[in-house]
Order: sequence, then C-alpha cells, then structure tokens
Amino acid sequence: MEQFLNLTLNGITSGAVYSALGLSLVIIYRATRVVNFAQPAFALISAYLAYSINQATGGYWLGFAVALLAGAVMGVLTERLLVRPVRHNELGAIIVTLGLLIVLQAVAGMVWSNEPHSFPYAFDFRGDFSPNSMFVVAAVAVTALAVLLLFRATPLGLRMRAAAFHPDAARMSGVRVGLMLTLGWGLASAVGSLAGMLAVPPFIFPNVLDGVFVYALTAAVIGGLDNPLGTIIGGFLLGVGLSYVSGYLGPELVTLAALAILVIVLAVRPNGLFGKALARSV
Amino acid sequence: MSAETEETTAAPPAHRAPQPPAPRRSLPPVVVHLAWALLAFALLVGLTMITDPFTNLRIATIGYYLIAIAGLALLTGLNGQVSLGHGAFMFIGAYTVALLVLHVPGLPFWVDLLLATAAGGIAGLLAGAAAARLHGPYLAGATLALAVGLPAITQRYPEFLGGSNGLSFSVNSQPAGLVGVVPATRWEAWVVWATALLAMVILVNMSRGRLGRSLRAVRDDEVAASLAGIHVGRTKILAFIVSSACAGLAGGLQAFLLGTAAPGSFTVALSLSLLAALVLGGLGSLWGAFWAAIAFVYFQAWAEDAADAVNLPVNVENNLPLALYGTVLILVILLFPAGIHGGLTRLRAAVRSSRQGRSGRSEGVS
Amino acid sequence: MLEIEDLTTTYGPVRAVDGVNLTVAPGAITAVLGANGAGKTTLLRTVSGLVRPRSGRIRMQGKDITRSPAELTVRGGLALVPEGGGVITELTVAENLRLGALWRGDRADRAHALREVCELFPPLEQRLSRPASTLSGGERQMLAIGRALMSRPRLLLLDEPSLGLAPMITARIMQVLRDLRASTGLTVLLVEQNARSALSIADDGVVLSLGQVVMTAPAEALLTDEALRHAYLGF
Repeated sequence: MEQFLNLTLNGITSGAVYSALGLSLVIIYRATRVVNFAQPAFALISAYLAYSINQATGGYWLGFAVALLAGAVMGVLTERLLVRPVRHNELGAIIVTLGLLIVLQAVAGMVWSNEPHSFPYAFDFRGDFSPNSMFVVAAVAVTALAVLLLFRATPLGLRMRAAAFHPDAARMSGVRVGLMLTLGWGLASAVGSLAGMLAVPPFIFPNVLDGVFVYALTAAVIGGLDNPLGTIIGGFLLGVGLSYVSGYLGPELVTLAALAILVIVLAVRPNGLFGKALARSV
Repeated sequence: MSAETEETTAAPPAHRAPQPPAPRRSLPPVVVHLAWALLAFALLVGLTMITDPFTNLRIATIGYYLIAIAGLALLTGLNGQVSLGHGAFMFIGAYTVALLVLHVPGLPFWVDLLLATAAGGIAGLLAGAAAARLHGPYLAGATLALAVGLPAITQRYPEFLGGSNGLSFSVNSQPAGLVGVVPATRWEAWVVWATALLAMVILVNMSRGRLGRSLRAVRDDEVAASLAGIHVGRTKILAFIVSSACAGLAGGLQAFLLGTAAPGSFTVALSLSLLAALVLGGLGSLWGAFWAAIAFVYFQAWAEDAADAVNLPVNVENNLPLALYGTVLILVILLFPAGIHGGLTRLRAAVRSSRQGRSGRSEGVS
Repeated sequence: MLEIEDLTTTYGPVRAVDGVNLTVAPGAITAVLGANGAGKTTLLRTVSGLVRPRSGRIRMQGKDITRSPAELTVRGGLALVPEGGGVITELTVAENLRLGALWRGDRADRAHALREVCELFPPLEQRLSRPASTLSGGERQMLAIGRALMSRPRLLLLDEPSLGLAPMITARIMQVLRDLRASTGLTVLLVEQNARSALSIADDGVVLSLGQVVMTAPAEALLTDEALRHAYLGF
C-alpha cells in the first residue's frame, strides 16, 4: 500500500511536468496549428541560462525568472522570424522547428559542453513527497489556472482565442491577429521553460529533456491537441500511469507503455480524449 | 530518366486539330528502369575501384540510407502521412539480421536481408493499421512515441537483445572466389548498391502505377479519393508496409556493414534526421530521396572534416556538424521549400523554356 | 461616405475585381448584385481590408484606406459581415459580441452597445452564454450582424446576409437595416444574389459581372424596368 502511495505521488509530480510542457505545446498548436518541436530546446537553453546565473551569483530564483523570460523571448522571435513564413506549409513548419531543435541542442553543447552539470532543486527534494515535489505540483497548478483564467476571463484572452480560432473574423473585430499569435508563442514558451526548470534537476545535459518532451507530446495528443484542460488532465493521468508501470512492471517498459497508451487512446478517439473531431466523413 | 511522379501535361497546339501521336514501339517502363539501374551500377562499380576503402564505406552508407529515405518519401511525400518513427523500422531490420546471423548461421545472407525486409513490412502493417485513422500532428506524435519506445525493448530483454551494447557479429558474404581479390569494403558497397538500385526500380514502378496514383489521391483529399472508389484505409496501410519494409531492409544492410546492431544507432534523432533530409532533398518525388541520402551522409562528414581542419575546442567541434545541419535545414525550408530537387526542377524548366523561345507550344513536363 | 476608384484585385492571374468605380453616399443603402463569381465578395473583402488590391483607391469619408488592413478599417468605422457570418463557433454568443467592441476599450460603452444589439435581436439575448455553434442559421446571421454593430460602424458591409435563410428571417434582417439607417444614418453596402430582397430596401443598385461594373441605377429602376431586369438580373 505504501508503495502504491509513493508511486502515485511520484506520478503526480512527474505528471505535473508533462502537463506543463504539454500545455505549452497545446497553446502554440491552437494558435498556429504548428507542433513546436523546438519547445524542449527553448526550455533547455532557458535552464542552461539559469544554471549559469546560478553559478555566477549563487541565487536560484533570479535564474528561474531569467529562464521564464528567456523562454518567452525565444518563442516570440521564433514565431515572428521562422514560423510565420511557413505557417501554411504543415510539413515545412515541422521541419523548421525540428531544425531549430537540432541547432539549439548543439549550441547548448557548444557553450556548456555535453557533460552533465549538477543542477539545483528549488527546494528540499528528499523524502517521499518532498517540499520540492509539492512546489512542482503547486507551480504547475497555479500556472495552469492562470493560463486558463487568462484565456477565459480576460479581454486579451478573448482576443487570443479569436485570433486562433478564426483569424479573419478576429481581424474584422479589430484584433491584431499577428500580435496575438506572437504573444501566444511567448506565453507558451514561458510555460515551457517553467516545465524545463522543474524537470531538469538533478543534472543538466543537452538531451535531458528528450524523454520529458515525448511524454509531454503524448499527454497533449491524448488530451487533444486543441484542448488545454484536456492536456493538463492527460499529463497527470499519464504521469501516474507511467509511475505505476515503472514501479510494478519495471522502468524499462515505461516508454513502451507510453506508446501503448497512446495507441489505445487514439484507436478509440483519433483526436484525443477531449479533442474536436474535424467533421468530414462520407 | 523519368523517376518523376508529377503528371505529364501537354498543351494542345494552338492552330491545328490535335492529332494522335504516331505509334511507337517502346519498351515497358520496368525494362527501361532496369537498364538505367544496370548502367548506374556499372558506374558505381567503376567508382568504387578508384576510391579508398573509407570512401567506399561512405558510398555504401549512402546506398542504404537511400533505401530508407525512399521508403519515407513514399509514405510521407507521396501519401502524406508524416512519420517521425522511421528509425524504429530500421531498428527492426537491423536486429532481425543480427539475430538471424547469431542464431541461424546457416542461412544465406540474402535470405537474412529478405527476412529483415519482411520483418519491417510486418511491423509496418501493425503500425499502419494503428495509424490509419490518425492525421497530422496526432500521427506525428504516435510515430514519435514509436521511435522512442521501440528501441527500449533492448533494455527489457538484455540477454537476448544485448542491452545497450547491442549485438555484434561477423558476416562473410563474399563468394569464395572473390575473397582477397576484391577488398571487403568494395564488395559491401556493391552488395548495398545492387540492393538499393533494385529496390529503387521497384519503388519507382510502384509510384508510377496505380498504387502511386492512389497514394497521391489519398494524400490530396481522402474524401474525394474514397468517393472515387479508392479504399483509403488499405492504401494508407500499404504505404506504411512498403515504407517500413524499405526501412527494415536498410537497417539490415546497416547491420551487415557495421557488424553490429545497437539501440544507440536508432535514436529519435535518426528518425527526425531522415525526415529532415527528405524534405531537404525534395519531398515530392523519389529523386528527392537520392539527394537526401547524399546530404544526410556527406553533410555530417564534411562538417566533421571541417571542424577537424580548423582545430576548434572540443565542445564546439563535437556539436558543430549538428548545428550546421539544423541551420541548413531551416534555411532550405525558408528559402527553397521544394528542396534540392524542386530547385533543380525549376532550373531545368527555366533552361528549357528559354531554349524554346516564344513558340506557342510547350513540351510535356516530366 | 465611400469612394472606390478604379479598384483592381487579383488572385494570381485572375482579375476578380477589375477597375471598379463606385460611390456610396452617407446614409445610403446600396445593393451590389451579380452572378456567382462576379467579384462581389472580393470587392467587399478588399474594401474592408482583408485582401490587398492590386491597384486603385478606396476612400472612406475622405480618408484613404486602400492599404489599410482589416484591423484598422474597423477602427475607422467600417464593419464587414462576411458570407456565412464569420461567427466564431468556439466562442459563446456573448463572447462573439464582446469581441466586436473590444477595440473600443470603454466598458460602459460596450455594455451599452450590447444592450442595443440585444434589443434589435431578442433571440440573441436569450442565448448569450451558449456556444455560438448551437445557434440556428438565422440566429447566426443575427449574431454576425450584431457583432458588426457592436463596433458602432458608420459603414456596414454585408455579404449575402440572406444566404440559406428563411424568407421571414431575411425580411427581419432587411427591416433592421432599414431601421438602423433611419435612426443612426448608417450607410450600408449590401451584396446579394437575391436581387429582389436587396433592391427592396436599397436606394441604388450596382451590377457586377466578371469583376466589372456593368450597370448602376436607382433600385427602383432596376426593379421596375423589365428590360434592365432581364438584362442584368435575370428575372
């Protein structure tokens, strides 16, 4: 029983990270219909910057803040300069973000070397449900709530949603669609960098976020790529589910289990648990 | 050589009633392609005679990547299914060969390759069936999970599959008469390219025939295709089977060349790089796969050589090839969305039209 | 109010709008008629700023808005109700309406505008918190017009507002337009395939064919002169 509890709590903690990174993917997908494969790379670079600041000043929270800001900036620049020209070419957008992923990971290796460095936790990480774990879950919960509130209850959120759902109609209502999409990318990448900061400890190296990214994408796909709430739920469910797999069946099976879950969910609902089906069948 | 998959268009002459073309006795396309393949093979043999063993290995490497990427071109380019998990099928092919060589040593080598192809194809059948209802990013996500998840089974069954170190073996595929006469690397390059050219002939003929038209119809508009009588699900699954069989064959050839099959060779990065190389080469036709394979192998090689030559700090040197690769990828997509092949096609069309001058007729575009 | 001078819009090699000249007086209701493909929709999209013209001039109240994108022409007092309505089905009715007035920034003003629109279209008031996807065709058109009105336009462009709607609802919409013109001096440019209903409220009619203006006449003339009607309107 105690193992069950431990696994559940661990699963919730890792699930929180998947939810956050998945949320960043979904925000971008909803806004521009592009899966941002470079998202983990933004998070990685942000975390490395935090690492450098931490090394230089010894302060964790300053690095944390810089990481969020760096993520936002990278998101904004990428949308404006790289993605906007290819937005209508689905495969082209995928390749551009893939290329960016490759470049940024390589740059990280060039600047900080491929060797792992020790990366601090925000809080005490010892124990079964440590203060750090609580922080992770709380941070993600607060962020998710803030994002959902932003979209549902503020004029800015309304503009952003309108720009994502129906750009022409939004334009006709005076919404600066381009600006909204750029902001969406900035917001999403800041959330992604938050996820990165939570996922990286104890060590940072250029490929540290690869696994998390796959689980985050899985969570987003399971939840439905245009549904933020669905993704958050999917992330937590996935985290808990994979934790059980790891604990009861062995850690080597976790990636296969994620694949199996993905296939099963999509077999039953090809657009994710909460996604909207594109109505076109004959 | 028309390996193109674009339709032939001919503008009717402006001032005459259209006349049927004079009947011409021509060979079936398959024969023509085989002839070209034979010629290409002869050229290749000649090439390998004059290059050193290291280059022969690279030439062989281009050969098997050509097969893998051509399969991906069929699936993603012609049929529109974005697969980020192609490396997983190469993984299956490689391990099939390795396991057969280790456990059933009596089998002739070409049987091993055939079984690797079949294993890839079967896996493709399963994957295709699972993926048939998925589209766009959902398909991409599922195939990405496949790329990550499948190699992980080596950890689950370390004794049988060799764990992280993988399986090592040695294969002697040279007929007794040639041992010592033809260096191993040259022979390997011949084997790989003979297989590759044969596979390409098959693929080209598939893509020009009814299957090719069905693939493209499904890519362009599934509903319209189904209304036209094409069985959409079956077509999509068939595309997966063919492309993963190619990947299985390629993986088997890689195992043959390297003498090992290890999970580290089949990372997510491989799958992503294959797709990226394909887009670089040109998505719309199988020629793109050719440019892609060359780019895939040589780009990294040149970058590594360049980094060596300039004597950079270790960190930079290790990561420079990838950094350059990613940068080129981005630049090519932004500036030349049709890839290398698209650029060459446009160039050829430009040259052709300038040569024709202002006549009102135009040749067929192929 | 609106002056269109030698306007040309192209899609690739196709001249969808080809040298159109058109003037709309303030407070006038002008009907733009013509068959499918005549360029009516493209004309409206160009004027509203969704599409850039190849050449020509568009002036609204003397100000040149030729190159002005849609986000800005709205702020200048122009509103477009596109074909099909352009209702955002993922949002609620209230959100769609609010969206129309967001750029004004004044909350009290927005609330006031919302009340006015609800008075004009009572069915909307009953469905404010429902997703727009649950509305019927007629209600969606009302929502689309309502959203356009939320920005308090001086010039309202409508693209086939009666398409697919029952005659009763069409009549109601036309009535609303006429009342608005009477009470606020709203200028209306109305594209319709249903020539009769459009001409019933319009002052003038403009007939487009293949992107060019082939006829401009008072609506009355187009309705009563049989020769004109047969030649240009097909009935």
